[in-house]
Amino acid sequence: MLLQVKNLHVSINGKEILKGVNLEVNKGEVHAIMGPNGTGKSTLAAVIAGKSGYEITQGEILYNGKNLLDMPPEVRAQEGIFLGFQYPVEIPGVSMTNFMRTALNEIRKYHGQEPMSAKDFLARMTEKKDLVELTSKLTNRSVNEGFSGGEKKKNEIFQMAMLDPQLAILDETDSGLDIDALRIVAHGVNKLKTTENATVVITHYQRLLDYIVPDFVHVLFEGKVVLSGGKELALELEEKGYDWIKKETENH
Amino acid sequence: MAQDDKQLIQEVTQSEYKYGFVTNIETETAIKGLTEDTIRFISLKKAEPEWLLEYRLKAFAKWKEMKQPNWAQLKIPEIDFQEIIYYAAPKRKKELESLDQVDPELLDTFNKLGISLDEQKRLSGVAVDAVIDSVSVKTTFTETLSKHGIIFCSFSEAVKNHPDLVKKYLGMAVPPSDNFFAALNTAVFSDGSFCFIPKGVRSPMELSTYFRINAANTGQFERTLIIADEGSYVSYMEGCTAPQRDENQLHAAVVEIIAMKDAEVKYSTVQNWYPGDKNGRGGIFNFVTKRGICKGDHSKISWTQVETGSAITWKYPSCILSGDNSIGEFYSVAVTNNHQQADTGSKMIHLGKNTKSTIISKGISAGQSQNSYRGLVKMTKRATNSRNFSQCDSLLLGDKCGAHTFPYIEGANKSSIIEHEATTSKISEDQLFYCQQRGINQESAVGLIVNGYAKEVLNKLPMEFAVEAQKLLSISLEGSVG
Ligand SMILES: Nc1ncnc2c1ncn2[C@@H]1O[C@H](COP(=O)(O)OP(=O)(O)OP(=O)(O)O)[C@@H](O)[C@H]1O
Ligand SMILES: [Mg+2]
Repeated sequence: MLLQVKNLHVSINGKEILKGVNLEVNKGEVHAIMGPNGTGKSTLAAVIAGKSGYEITQGEILYNGKNLLDMPPEVRAQEGIFLGFQYPVEIPGVSMTNFMRTALNEIRKYHGQEPMSAKDFLARMTEKKDLVELTSKLTNRSVNEGFSGGEKKKNEIFQMAMLDPQLAILDETDSGLDIDALRIVAHGVNKLKTTENATVVITHYQRLLDYIVPDFVHVLFEGKVVLSGGKELALELEEKGYDWIKKETENH
Repeated sequence: MAQDDKQLIQEVTQSEYKYGFVTNIETETAIKGLTEDTIRFISLKKAEPEWLLEYRLKAFAKWKEMKQPNWAQLKIPEIDFQEIIYYAAPKRKKELESLDQVDPELLDTFNKLGISLDEQKRLSGVAVDAVIDSVSVKTTFTETLSKHGIIFCSFSEAVKNHPDLVKKYLGMAVPPSDNFFAALNTAVFSDGSFCFIPKGVRSPMELSTYFRINAANTGQFERTLIIADEGSYVSYMEGCTAPQRDENQLHAAVVEIIAMKDAEVKYSTVQNWYPGDKNGRGGIFNFVTKRGICKGDHSKISWTQVETGSAITWKYPSCILSGDNSIGEFYSVAVTNNHQQADTGSKMIHLGKNTKSTIISKGISAGQSQNSYRGLVKMTKRATNSRNFSQCDSLLLGDKCGAHTFPYIEGANKSSIIEHEATTSKISEDQLFYCQQRGINQESAVGLIVNGYAKEVLNKLPMEFAVEAQKLLSISLEGSVG
């Protein structure tokens, strides 16, 4: 098993946000997490990626059988976890090229590999840029600086392609994308899919799931996974809305 | 003094010169305190001409009337100028037999900077066997320069071999009475560099103090004079990224640049004097006067500096834009960490018509340090249609450090434009996490972000210097986050 989240309880400033989340992801799978605003989807993603400021009060997360919560965030990334941010930050003055080269070589170093040669690196840049139809104009600029909302999201998928993670968590990568961009991003994600890696997409729209077809859909509601199912669940959700979930959970 | 003694001193000083300064291993008579006799002694030791002695004595007389400046945003401990030894003949550092005898912390830094083993030995005073290479490099270097008529030598050599040039230009940009530390330097300076680029010559290479013959141990009162004659060009580099330790705590150097008509001088420096320990003890006080004068029309002087060292830095590389259409530039990155204090900036004095100046200052403060920008832009009445643009940015790491900006503006004519922009920012948690999530550890992330912030200035450095300076910035900020 690639990722195993067991009974995860997380608080921010004493307020409990995640209230016993369970989630299992195997290699080769695509999972979708849906749920109303403010139920803790981004929180779950951030805790898996190792962002500070969260208090883990109960539970554990295993990644390839290793205790993830013991690892600093960069080690998690080096171990193959990638987070596509809901709100990517800008880093003025740091070129995308330099940023990616540093990241890629740090990951290679962790695995005992030599830094990638400039030639191979540039070839990889070109290949992956084309995958998400990102123009060179963007990759020559500073990290996310002055990028439009949609460009930032494409840039996340570009980085994912560059770093070739084992587990990619994409937090609302589809929001803010126009129809064409959505198709391009989804195509990119599908292209990167292998039997050795897995993707978790967090989304509000079933539309994305027409392009990235999930094996499992989970509904996160008030800090818990209250419902899991196949891709039909997304359609059902869209039809019935979250009130339906509310009633369902109240009945139990 | 008895006639015999005088003769003896004469002999000693002259023979010393014959065999070269640096071959003299033992420490020469060191005298403590500052009186006219001290200055006479220095001048005699260096067998200087009478006019230079007079020049020093006048500066000393001025200095006695001056007070140490206290207007900088600095806490400077009391300096007892009578406790300082003003002249010790350059002594050789004790040679070590191998790198094992060198402070491991220093070696660690060398390794991080990517300095080669031989170079590490040279810098830390270990005897090097394979010097042939660097000697031949130096010889080729000097030969190429002399083919172009470029003079590049130690200040003492210039006084001996080119006294007319020295006499003509010394003090032109920094008069002896300019300020307290400049007056002190003028009175007691030990040695330094001299550079003259003849008319119409573009120096075929970067002039680096590293290659100057006899560069060893120029002392705490260094004097540099650079003259670019009409239509010439030179790029001059001083300092190095390797950490510099020195037993002298007070450093008061003077650098003068003179650019004649159509001449251009690019002066780049990386300053990495010992900043003291984590509590700020034992670091170097660096009080430097650097000034260039764009004397001729269409001349240009650019200062680029990366300041990471010293416990206290007090430094304002400036330009006097005297020629019409002349240009002055100042690009600076100043890093302070732990208990370091820096008060640095630039003065642009516009005298000529259509003169232009640019100031780009990037301050980075971490730890409990204090980092101030202080600048003056002055447009005189005659400097019509002149322009200045100043950009002063401060980056804070942590919340115990301080950044301050003191821009002074004096505009005396209506046709000139002075623009000033200032920003203060912090490295955000989100930026750090974003980098970490891509596999970059926190320290590398800080290095990356800081170098991005300073890029505009680093880009102005000569290529090889820029690469080293980047590494240096990261190293200077190690341990400042998290
Ligand atoms: N740093 C913080 N301080 C205080 N509360 C926070 C913080 N971060 C998140 N929260 C709260 O935690 C809850 C979950 O937030 P989270 O961002 O995980 O929701 P989400 O499911 O991703 O929502 P959305 O669909 O709007 O992106 C929200 O109520 C939010 O206000
Ligand atoms: Mg969210």
